[in-house]
Amino acid sequence: MAINTMKPLNQINLVSFGITDKALLEMLRSQTARIFSCKVQHKEARTELGQFFDGARRQYNADSLLQMVHQNYSNEDAKTIGLFQVDLFIPILTYIFGQAYLNGQTAVASGYRLVDERYGIKTNRQNYPERFLKEVIHELGHNFGLIHCRSVGCVMQASTYVEDIDLKNADFCPACRLQLEH
Amino acid sequence: MKKNSILIVDDEASVRDSLYNWFLEDGFEVSCAEDASKALKILDHEHFDIILADIKMPGMDGLELLRRIKQIIPDAIIIIITAFATVDTAVQALKDGAFDYVTKPFDPDDLSHLIRNALRQVSLQEENETLRERVSVLEQVEDIIGESEAVKKMLSEVEQVAQSNASVIITGESGTGKELIAKAIHANSLRKFFPLVSVHCGALTESLLESELFGHEKGAFTGAVYTRKGRFEMADNGTIFLDEIATISSKMQVELLRVLESKSFVRVGGNKTITSDFRVICATNRDLKKMVNEGSFREDLYYRLNVVNINVPPLRERKDDIPLLVNYFIGKYCKSMSRPIVTMDATAMKRLEDYDFPGNVRELENIIERAIVVGNGKEIKLRDLPLGKAVTISKTESLNHLEKQHIAQVLTKYGWNISRAAQALGIDRVTLYNKIKKYDLKQ
Repeated sequence: MAINTMKPLNQINLVSFGITDKALLEMLRSQTARIFSCKVQHKEARTELGQFFDGARRQYNADSLLQMVHQNYSNEDAKTIGLFQVDLFIPILTYIFGQAYLNGQTAVASGYRLVDERYGIKTNRQNYPERFLKEVIHELGHNFGLIHCRSVGCVMQASTYVEDIDLKNADFCPACRLQLEH
Repeated sequence: MKKNSILIVDDEASVRDSLYNWFLEDGFEVSCAEDASKALKILDHEHFDIILADIKMPGMDGLELLRRIKQIIPDAIIIIITAFATVDTAVQALKDGAFDYVTKPFDPDDLSHLIRNALRQVSLQEENETLRERVSVLEQVEDIIGESEAVKKMLSEVEQVAQSNASVIITGESGTGKELIAKAIHANSLRKFFPLVSVHCGALTESLLESELFGHEKGAFTGAVYTRKGRFEMADNGTIFLDEIATISSKMQVELLRVLESKSFVRVGGNKTITSDFRVICATNRDLKKMVNEGSFREDLYYRLNVVNINVPPLRERKDDIPLLVNYFIGKYCKSMSRPIVTMDATAMKRLEDYDFPGNVRELENIIERAIVVGNGKEIKLRDLPLGKAVTISKTESLNHLEKQHIAQVLTKYGWNISRAAQALGIDRVTLYNKIKKYDLKQ
């Protein structure tokens, strides 16, 4: 796994794959810029995702997607996160919301499992954009070297269900913020 | 905050990488091994809080690995993972001591719960060990019995020195309780929640002592089957107690001085420098200063160790404490033998008070234990004491000393009534007055 030392941040790149909701993408861009206080650019990618689909699991391999984003869209002066709308897995886990290179340049996050209907709950689309934003901030936090945090409400708290995501804020606790700034 | 560590053993690179990344993000220190033999090699020199091992691997499988690890580290927390779950293998894994058994792929929430439970077990094990150590230290501190001036003075010295980090040499005759004093210093120090590690230097040969103190790497010598931590390493943040320090060889004196100066050392057969923050307390029944003058103990080491000196008085110099000690040991042994508390008759007590105890408190303790075993279960009588009729005296006592002691005892017995005391001693009153003056006896 590529682990780089952190360099002064110039910008964050959001690279979306097959997400058509322009308002959502703009919200993710502007809120990410606000939280990290840096320039955030959005780019739409056209890569065919079929090659990352695992027929046996009927899911997309997040390790391969992360590698693809790192090779094709990442650069040393920026943190790059690939945004997806597909069901992600890694070999050992049944699903994941996203993953990142700890203290590295690249991350991936997916909105697929962030909608209520996947859990048999009454659809409430209002939660979805904020959940996606929290996932994006969380994975980028790993890129900046932050590990899971135990402070209640911190965006770096580990989440395995959407309810966990709803309980946390879309921002860092003071300790994580301090670590981020240094 | 201490980072938890985890070892992942799986032959599939993708599984290792996934778990590596997952645990890294969770704040773990992560190591990976692609098969069981590599895992065992890593475990030779590293400790892990949790071991995650795949059951299906080429060569040695996960169940065999589990059994081998449990032989070396019985408390190891091992979670068996597999894609081929059957009830039989699950039951076998648990029977062989696995903490849990999971089938891959896991639900992320299941993995989180499993790891949280395993970490709770790790923290309970550590807490249990610390508390056990603490309780045993506290119990032993309570064992310092005595209300004599000599004991009070010594305990006040212990209290003063405990809070500092200074090296201490405890001197005193054999059986006076030097190790108890070391325990009391540790128990009252800021290091009390960390280990107190004792080494009896006199019982070990030079090479054994070296391996005991510094530890050794696997294969360092014949019989070094596993890597072993040394006592200095075990005493990190705590205290190391070196008993019978005067018995160590010249070579070990040099080694010890170097470790005390740098607080770092290398295991026997190793090349990695290990640092440890420990406080050193030594004990001896010999005159170290005299040994320095004779050239058999290094002067630089003596001054490094002898920042504070506490002398434990022999029992014959604190005879006031004998009744207290007798009652304490009666209570202790009656309780451990599940017998009702016995008493001691006045003649037997008087005999003990007259005795000089060359073996000090240890000798008194043995006498009481024996008396309880051979006694009638109600009262300890003179015949139960292995002292015979004559009062045994120390060979080192002068006749003058014995006379002074005897006169003082008789005077105390008769409440300083000179006539009655003189009569009991078989001398006239003038002679008694002369003796009182000569020995500077005071009421």
